[in-house]
Amino acid sequence: MTKRWYRAPAAALVIAAVAATPALAQKKYGPGVTDTEIKIGQTNPYSGNASSYASNGRTEAAYFRMINDQGGINGRKINFISLDDGYSPPKTVEQIRKLVEQENVLLVYAPLGTPPNTAIHQYMNAKKVPQLFVATGATKWGDPKHFPWTMGWQPSYQTEARIYAKYLLESKPDAKVAILYQNDDYGKDYVKGFKDGLGDKAAKMIVAEASYESTDPTVDSQIVTLKSSGADVFFDVTIPKFAAQAIRKAYDIGWHPLHLLNNVANSVGAALKPAGLEKAVGIISTTYYKDPSDAQWHGDQDYKDWVAFMQKYNKDSDPADNNTVLAYARAFTLVQVLKQCGDDLTRENVMKQAANLKDLRVPMLLPGILINTSPTDFFPIEQMQLEKFDGKAWVLIGKVLGS
Amino acid sequence: MNALLHQILSGLATGGIYASVALALVMIHQATHLVNFAQGEMAMFSTYIAWALIEGGMPYWDAFALTILISFLGGIVIERVVIRPMANAPVLASVIVFIGLLVILNSVAGWIFTYTVKSFPSPFPAEPLWNNSYISTHELGAIGVTLVVLALLFIFFRFTLLGLAMRAAAENPVSSRLVGIRVGWMLALGWGLAAAIGAVAGMMVAPIVFLDPNMMSGILLYGFAAALLGGIDNPAGAVLGGFIVGVLENVVGAYLIGTELKLTVALVVIVGVLTLKPSGLFGRVLVSRV
Repeated sequence: MTKRWYRAPAAALVIAAVAATPALAQKKYGPGVTDTEIKIGQTNPYSGNASSYASNGRTEAAYFRMINDQGGINGRKINFISLDDGYSPPKTVEQIRKLVEQENVLLVYAPLGTPPNTAIHQYMNAKKVPQLFVATGATKWGDPKHFPWTMGWQPSYQTEARIYAKYLLESKPDAKVAILYQNDDYGKDYVKGFKDGLGDKAAKMIVAEASYESTDPTVDSQIVTLKSSGADVFFDVTIPKFAAQAIRKAYDIGWHPLHLLNNVANSVGAALKPAGLEKAVGIISTTYYKDPSDAQWHGDQDYKDWVAFMQKYNKDSDPADNNTVLAYARAFTLVQVLKQCGDDLTRENVMKQAANLKDLRVPMLLPGILINTSPTDFFPIEQMQLEKFDGKAWVLIGKVLGS
Repeated sequence: MNALLHQILSGLATGGIYASVALALVMIHQATHLVNFAQGEMAMFSTYIAWALIEGGMPYWDAFALTILISFLGGIVIERVVIRPMANAPVLASVIVFIGLLVILNSVAGWIFTYTVKSFPSPFPAEPLWNNSYISTHELGAIGVTLVVLALLFIFFRFTLLGLAMRAAAENPVSSRLVGIRVGWMLALGWGLAAAIGAVAGMMVAPIVFLDPNMMSGILLYGFAAALLGGIDNPAGAVLGGFIVGVLENVVGAYLIGTELKLTVALVVIVGVLTLKPSGLFGRVLVSRV
């Protein structure tokens, strides 16, 4: 701790010296990097309302332990510091500043949640510290022109919504659509993507829209309103609790539209089971990863590797929690970026390599989904596959779709 | 027309939820003349106890009764341990304690039972009565249970000696003590009863909104609106207030101002009642001589 004060200036000197004499550029280190270590920071909601998502941070820590046991990345061990922000944006700012200004991390990896990431968005870009593969689906993370130090990872909400729109235009072009959405950034992102996807047919096809607040006790009244619009397609942009209510209420009042359920709420355990599995038959959603509860993957090498990892390094997390799969795949992507960096571990090169992923196949993502990024494309995953609920499990339909 | 009827009935169903929470708020106000902000979280915690008992294999009604008993005792313990030391403190101090309780119960529930949404069983049949598609049997049953609790409360306060003593203790502690009522224990009893009513409310609400640690946070606000509208010292008024708020919210949200401002309806009701008629529609006007 006592020696830390000189590190940042020293690193800056090294960079300056190396930049001036490119012939000597064997090793270039940004803050937080030595010959034996790469320091990475993160915030996750280990306490508070959103703590069910903390399995992301735990799984990622476990993944980096595994990488370190295998010898690290180009000989360097990962020192992963994941701090609790309780999903509270002011706390996120405090913890991220600690990571950047005191711990001197090379990069901040996958902070969780749209509000926490929004709170540090400006700061990270002003400080020029990578805010890499954030764990939220908002579309704003893919804006390299204005925010060159921030990149998402999972398919954006708009990408997903455009896939539903495309599906409707192909299979049910005369549909009358009713939309229920959460009245915040997340809900509006989906609605925008959906309308963009429908194009000039949006005004004609969408016959009703209703919103709800996340503090509302129920969405029953909204479902009644949407039913009376006469819609035969229901685009359901809700979090699991309200998705369960919507599925049940629609069924109970005898409304049986084609139900398009956003990926946010397609967990069988958290949404469909509370609603009643028989009421959820026929619902259509999308996915981009291999659900470990789906038996069709059990012979798969990806699945076997994941199970081995879970048993050896991540025993405390619930394997039925899909966040463990996502975090596993996301951590793989970061390791790939750091491998590509070689011995040039500066913040600039981290972003350069993150924007230089070509046809990367990531374990546990659906076959056919490849990560591609470029200096103008900061959306790593842009493909998904539609799936239909058969009363017991999701069944994939068609093939992998791009937006 | 059909849609309007639908909105009204669906409003009555949610109104029943607000009514049961409002009833618990009135109960604690009867006993202590304070509004308990932790009422919702206490109800939520009781519901988790019931859930754990049922998951453990206990039949529904046994778990129901045992939960009410545990909640009753829990309420008394909370009064003895946390509230009693605040007896002579200013009102603001009590309010802070209530908010502290709210946060603690919420976090402890999340820590023990996780934040994943759970389904909670209903004691009523899954098929709707007379095959209607307007209101589920559970929603009807929950309204019925609320009305039964209301009737029991009425009988208790009106026709039993203990009920009379409790009312007296809240109304005029000094005189009550002089005639031999143990005022301290009456307060504890009031907390116990409020916790028990909250437990019933929670177990009736959970099958509708699903069980998670934040289940009550939205409902409590509507419960406040209902209790204030009906009169915070009138159990029947509070129940009626619940139904009015539920229907009003649905109809106004669906036809007048849109769903985005639904929550505002509850807030407008609270502010409106407090400024225009602080005693509520059915409350007594309190006049204190100075």
